[in-house]
Amino acid sequence: MTAVRMIVCCKQVPDPEAPPESFRINPELNRIVLPPGVSAVIDPYAERALEAALRVKDDQGGTITVLSLGTNLLPDVVIKPLSMGADELILLDDEAFAGGDSWSTAYALSMAIKKVGDYDLIFCGRQASDWDAGQVGPGIAEMLGLPLVTIARKITVGNGKATVEKVTDDGYEVVEVSLPALVTVSNEVGEPRYPTIKGIMGARKKEPVIWKPDDIGAESSWIGAAGCRTKLLKLFQPVHEGKCEIIEGDSPGEAIANLVAKLKEARIV
Amino acid sequence: MAEYKGVMIFGEVREGKLAAVTTELLGCGRNLADALGQELYCLLVGNDITSLAGEAIAYGADRVYVVDTPPMKDYDTDLYLSVSEKVARQVMPCIVLFGQTAIGRDLGPCLAFRLGTAISTDCVELAIEPGSKLLLQTKPVYGDNARATFTCESYPQMATVRARVMSSPERDGSREGQIINVEASLDAPSVRTKVIKRVVEESTGIKLEDANVVVCGGRGIGSAEGFKKLEKLAEILKGAVGASRPPCDNGWVSNSLLVGLTGKIIAPDLYIAVALSGSSQHMTGCSGARNIVAINKDPEANIFKEATLGIIGDWEELLPVFTNKIEELMAGRKKDR
Repeated sequence: MTAVRMIVCCKQVPDPEAPPESFRINPELNRIVLPPGVSAVIDPYAERALEAALRVKDDQGGTITVLSLGTNLLPDVVIKPLSMGADELILLDDEAFAGGDSWSTAYALSMAIKKVGDYDLIFCGRQASDWDAGQVGPGIAEMLGLPLVTIARKITVGNGKATVEKVTDDGYEVVEVSLPALVTVSNEVGEPRYPTIKGIMGARKKEPVIWKPDDIGAESSWIGAAGCRTKLLKLFQPVHEGKCEIIEGDSPGEAIANLVAKLKEARIV
Repeated sequence: MAEYKGVMIFGEVREGKLAAVTTELLGCGRNLADALGQELYCLLVGNDITSLAGEAIAYGADRVYVVDTPPMKDYDTDLYLSVSEKVARQVMPCIVLFGQTAIGRDLGPCLAFRLGTAISTDCVELAIEPGSKLLLQTKPVYGDNARATFTCESYPQMATVRARVMSSPERDGSREGQIINVEASLDAPSVRTKVIKRVVEESTGIKLEDANVVVCGGRGIGSAEGFKKLEKLAEILKGAVGASRPPCDNGWVSNSLLVGLTGKIIAPDLYIAVALSGSSQHMTGCSGARNIVAINKDPEANIFKEATLGIIGDWEELLPVFTNKIEELMAGRKKDR
């Protein structure tokens, strides 16, 4: 058994389970307005990426460093990976990182990964549940010149390589990749584990490392809003017409009979 | 930037034919090329695919770049990235489009970063801004609770396009175009990934993407056995079974049945949503359905905001009655004929 050195990129996002009707946008600022009561969480895809890394650690031993980039990162949220079993937390938290796109985010993270130095595997979520772009993982792989496997559901490590089950449109593939490599992880990997009490206590004792742009040697014109290659012109909300007709009935049989009559009448069946 | 010209789409092949998403891309690419007064190119990579170049022309391409060689038989990130980079640098298209498929999700961002440009993924609308001639890239964000329109001022401008939101053009066999063969010139050390097994998870009956009727189950179905009941209804309606995220994550059904943002995007005539809440991520996959019938015991479930017809109640009580009633109806029709 060789200890595997892993890095997991975890993003803080607004809770994607918040009810759809609570979402509002500010058209002047082109921003999402978070309704009161919607909390920040670790992106669910990133939690799966962490879970995949924890399983490799369970199996092979090793270390997990979590990287998170953002502004106003909330301590209660971002220490969750530590309480789940990660070893170290590095936060890239600075105003200069704000307003970035996939390009500037991938750049800043890849500079941070270079500073971390030794690693065998980098894990990212398949996409993040806010902008759903799915590019930061591939972007880091390109910037660091690493081989990439996207949308993984199972990762095992051995003999200097990783074997990855990758979800495809009509099934899956088993891909072997030389290390170091970058893998993006999908939901099919399974539920992320709950933090243990011991994990939570341990996490509180660890001080996250905070890196500023200078610490990672980042070019200031390449990070945050300054480094964006895309420009957001407009943000808007699609209009959903609520027009559902609720079919009633005194018994399941009657309700279904009414439903089928409606479907026949409208020539749907 | 004057040196970048033309619209290039990355063509995918399925079962020896151009994939549906590819003909959709050809239609969309044609419109963009016409709006720019430029040509439409198609890049085809694979083995034994040269005969499809004519098809791409019939669907709107002016020029087809073909990389046809045994090592390219199946998709591999490093191999496909190396040839698409080569073609993109040679041809210098102003716009490059991929389908939002397993391949497009993988290759699109890699190629963009390699070329030093950006990409918008999962676009549902593309247009040319009349003044600037820039590509307007519109995509759902926050699980389709909002939509965003982007531009990119580095070239090529790149996007992946969601399946089934653009319509395929009519095939015109009389169209003429140019076919250009490209040597792959593979650099062996650059290949760091190796596919050792490919598994197609065959679903029985009609394919989800092709079905006119889809019976879709959610978290509330509760088990793999529960899905057998949905299968029965789907079979009677000559349709297919789909699922939202939780049944796939819980292993009740194969992830190839997943309907939604991270799964299949479908547009059947009738979509029967059973015991699923209708999260925006899920609705992304089926909002193109002409009719949505919802069965759910929670009157507050989001699915009732999206459905055409709904019944509030326990699916375990309602579904068997529904299935019997539909079976009677179908049997009656057979007799009449």
